[in-house]
Amino acid sequence: MNSALHTIRTIAKRELVSYFTSPVAYVFLVIFLLLTGFLTFTAGAFFERGEASLGAFFGWHPWVYLVLVPAAGMRLWSEERRAGTLELLLTMPVTAWQAILGKFLASWAFLAIALALTFPVVVTANVLGDPDNGTIFAGYLGSLFLAGAYLAITCMTSALTRNQVVAFILSVVICLFLILAGFSPVTDLLVRWASPAFVDTVAAFSVVTHFDGFQKGVIDTRDLFFFLSVIGFSLFATGLALRNR
Amino acid sequence: MIRIDNLVKTFGAKRAVDGLSFEVQRGEVLGFLGPNGAGKSTTMRMITGYFPPTGGTVSVGGHDVVEAPLEAKRLIGYLPEAAPSYPDMTVQGFLSFAAELRGLDGGARKRAIGRAVEQCFLSSVLHQSIDTLSKGYKHRTCLAQALIHDPEVLILDEPTDGLDPNQKHEVRNLIRELGKTKAIIFSTHILEEVDAACSRAIIIDRGRIVASGTPDELGRPLDEVFRRLTLSDTAPRAVPTVKRP
Repeated sequence: MNSALHTIRTIAKRELVSYFTSPVAYVFLVIFLLLTGFLTFTAGAFFERGEASLGAFFGWHPWVYLVLVPAAGMRLWSEERRAGTLELLLTMPVTAWQAILGKFLASWAFLAIALALTFPVVVTANVLGDPDNGTIFAGYLGSLFLAGAYLAITCMTSALTRNQVVAFILSVVICLFLILAGFSPVTDLLVRWASPAFVDTVAAFSVVTHFDGFQKGVIDTRDLFFFLSVIGFSLFATGLALRNR
Repeated sequence: MIRIDNLVKTFGAKRAVDGLSFEVQRGEVLGFLGPNGAGKSTTMRMITGYFPPTGGTVSVGGHDVVEAPLEAKRLIGYLPEAAPSYPDMTVQGFLSFAAELRGLDGGARKRAIGRAVEQCFLSSVLHQSIDTLSKGYKHRTCLAQALIHDPEVLILDEPTDGLDPNQKHEVRNLIRELGKTKAIIFSTHILEEVDAACSRAIIIDRGRIVASGTPDELGRPLDEVFRRLTLSDTAPRAVPTVKRP
């Protein structure tokens, strides 16, 4: 057990360091912070809302992550396949699960770092008004799980192919579906043709539906369970995809 | 140390490895010869646990590679055919990663890296990032990774590929030296290497053993024997071993 943890940590450490020894980390962080800042303060009308909350900030996350998380995760397994290091890694005394977990956790930690660097938004809200910091915390937690779900899906598509572009496009499409299934303009449209029960069932698969609660400050175990199931299922599928060598 | 019994690997309808059986003892260097596509790399990938066999068994140090993969992999050092490595890491960082995955810590890791660096003549590029290295250095970096834990079993897929004549000479000497205490399988296209480094050789063609014995037993000149056994489609198929009369 200890050696399993040691292995996972070793793999995760290498992966996390590799983000920062390549330009990927810096490009990602700059774009992520600029984009969330821009969307929050201009398009999200942070100031004009006249309320001390981060609704304008978190509301954009499913969309910002839609492009950026697959971009951050697409190389995870594709690159190992392309460079042949997959063979090296899996012939070490390492199980596929240890490698999958190690790489996933490293990328998730990287996304957590990016998310943590948005702290100036929290500071701004606290300087200008008196927001509910519990709600903000719940929002951050939800956002982290949202990013984790997208990332796990990207892991899965990345394990399927040695081509990073294919991995990127596949994961964007899957994540987009997971947004649109519960996105109100889409569900409003669907309701005209389908029974409300059907629309609700489809919406239950949407990350938006489950992210909403967090934004309102509610940490519901069912929402947590949803995100953890998406992560668990996707990582399991990653394992199956990696069996194809 | 290595026991292979009736090993089979099929890809679709193609039988890449077709009922191979052989053993390698400690203190033996087995040269693995055969034309391109004969099944050499596939066999090595099954021994190292990268490909699951379609049929038959591989055991390393008494551990079945399928049943007890971690125990078997701990005993093996493996140089894959393309000598893959992580291009964004330094030689030092890469070897340290490999050592850590092999469970070496602290002083033991330092000593292991020092020894492998010396064996593979890498001291001058230790702090260079791998993607700036020449092909020969990249190759030896991956070889050093295979030697890092002083394994009892070495599987080397074309270890002298891409090296200049001096480096080839050094690596052959290294293999012969290591072969005194380890069980080594190495594949090659260069028939002189069989004389230079091997205590025994196997020639395979289309997944089957067509000849096996010491270099002297295989017959002289070696390249003629090789061509006779492997080149022609009408070459005798049912010759399991060639012994000198």
